Amino acid sequence: MTKKREVLLEVFNLKTYFPVKANKIGKKPVLKAVDDISLTVYKGETLGIVGESGSGKSTFGRTILRLVEPTEGEIIFEGQHIENLKPKELQVIRNQMQVIFQDPFGSLNPRMRIEEIIEEPIKMHTRLSNSDRKSRIKELIEKVGLSEEALKKFPHEFSGGQRQRIGIARALAINPKFIIADEPVSALDVSIQSQVLNLMMDLQDEFHLTYLFISHDLSVIKHISDRVAVMYLGRIVEIGTKESIYKNPLHPYTKALLSSIPVVDFENKREEIMISGELPSPVDPPVGCAFHTRCPFAMDICREKRPQLQDINAEQQVACFLYKKEETKENDPYHTIEV
Amino acid sequence: MQKHKKNINLLLGSGILLAFIGILIVSFFYTPYDVNSMDIPNKLKEPSTTHIFGTDEFGRDIFSRILKGSQTAFLVGILTIAIGGFFGVLIGGIAGYAGGWLDEVFMRIMDALMAFPGIILALMLVAVFGPGIINTSIALGIIAVPSIARVTRSGFVQQKEAEYVTAAKLIGVKNYKIMFKHILPNISSQIIVALSIAFAIAMLAEAALSYLGLGVQPPDPSWGRMLKDAQSYLINSPWYTYAPGGAITLLVLGLYLLSNALRDLMDPRSK
Repeated sequence: MTKKREVLLEVFNLKTYFPVKANKIGKKPVLKAVDDISLTVYKGETLGIVGESGSGKSTFGRTILRLVEPTEGEIIFEGQHIENLKPKELQVIRNQMQVIFQDPFGSLNPRMRIEEIIEEPIKMHTRLSNSDRKSRIKELIEKVGLSEEALKKFPHEFSGGQRQRIGIARALAINPKFIIADEPVSALDVSIQSQVLNLMMDLQDEFHLTYLFISHDLSVIKHISDRVAVMYLGRIVEIGTKESIYKNPLHPYTKALLSSIPVVDFENKREEIMISGELPSPVDPPVGCAFHTRCPFAMDICREKRPQLQDINAEQQVACFLYKKEETKENDPYHTIEV
Repeated sequence: MQKHKKNINLLLGSGILLAFIGILIVSFFYTPYDVNSMDIPNKLKEPSTTHIFGTDEFGRDIFSRILKGSQTAFLVGILTIAIGGFFGVLIGGIAGYAGGWLDEVFMRIMDALMAFPGIILALMLVAVFGPGIINTSIALGIIAVPSIARVTRSGFVQQKEAEYVTAAKLIGVKNYKIMFKHILPNISSQIIVALSIAFAIAMLAEAALSYLGLGVQPPDPSWGRMLKDAQSYLINSPWYTYAPGGAITLLVLGLYLLSNALRDLMDPRSK
């Protein structure tokens, strides 16, 4: 993946704050679900977003689609700013971005037949004739590995994995370029998870799709992603290629996350980092680095300044003061420590 | 055991309702006597083979009037749930789906309507617009709106966060289409239950209004009116009250049983 890659989506300084009920007059607390995220998604890749629940990864995905309005920041899809588009113009962009939802039971209307569910987007956004539409629906349902008989049934007649396949068929119905998969397999059995993941990967090759794959499951992310972004409390703490992140995690939080995966290997005991405490409240996040309250390596500067993402090597960016930042070396009174 | 009980409710409720619908249909084509022909010499006759429910104070056949009275009852009931259902679903749907200030405004108006005792409000409306079947139905329809709006609103509030709604929004489905094509079918069971209860309440209220002399006007037969007239002869001809009282009780009972059974039956969790 060292070739020159085409950019599909760029996000700059994206912030999504939700107002929270104030308990004191005059104070207006906000929940910082997405707090200043910038990243780039390249065509054809799968960018995995991983983080604890409550880290804002789903809100981030929804903000890109403007299902949740961003508070600040820029979202650029194929060179077009979408943060201020009017509903009609936004729809044109949205047709190229679809979502695969987490809950396979909630994402399909229980009172609609599978045929109607898949037909709806086709009917709205293409001018296919009745028979063309029918054959397109048939083609889609077969693509996701279900038979034609499925079309006449209702969602409750299917298992979770089958429903997720139907959800995928619906997402693909109008040939999107970009798919945001919001925990698409976390509600499924492990044995079904890999089937759905493999289906998604096959479809990605076939239709040249780009995925933003959101999950809390590190092994799922490892299976499907090309690059991985680690989120903590609405911020990206580390981003890089899958290989570098999994082999050489830099940020203490990433290290802690990875060492939480149980492995059966008594010969090579890994460096284990335990983090204590709970995720701080996103309403009142820690000053400075959001992770300093739980970080075993926290320094004074971590409590004062917020670290920015910086290139560490060709494949990895990390937001942590433990790593050198060349341009501030001279006037930075704090020593940077290599770990 | 639970299942069994539900089935009994359903069977009894729908049986009673169907019997009354049968009576309604028959009443259009056949009544043993003309409902308004008086026969003073035979007034206040006890039930017999010629007049199975007896005759009233003008010698009219009570059985015929009960048959004909079912038309009034059903007309008022159906008009009421048509008016109440239409506005209730519309207001509740918009309030629940839009949320925010629209929700507040609509639902506070509904609360204000609900704060009046239903029958008093109906009395007031009938007093303003005049008695009669249509005005009674409109008044009862207005009274039915808040409860139906509440049920609809809570259904919409619950469903609008569902991911299938998000999916539809993402595709660009228009809001009104999401409301009525996507969400409404998913809460139809709750609404049907609310409507069937409103139907029963409307029948009771119509009887009460007619009993007070404000509902259906004579000589049109109405069960409530008949009950009122029978009251004057309670000591000497107590059987006069049996037929209209029984008809009201039985039909309302049947509707309640049915709505109860429907609610249990359509609750997706019970499946």
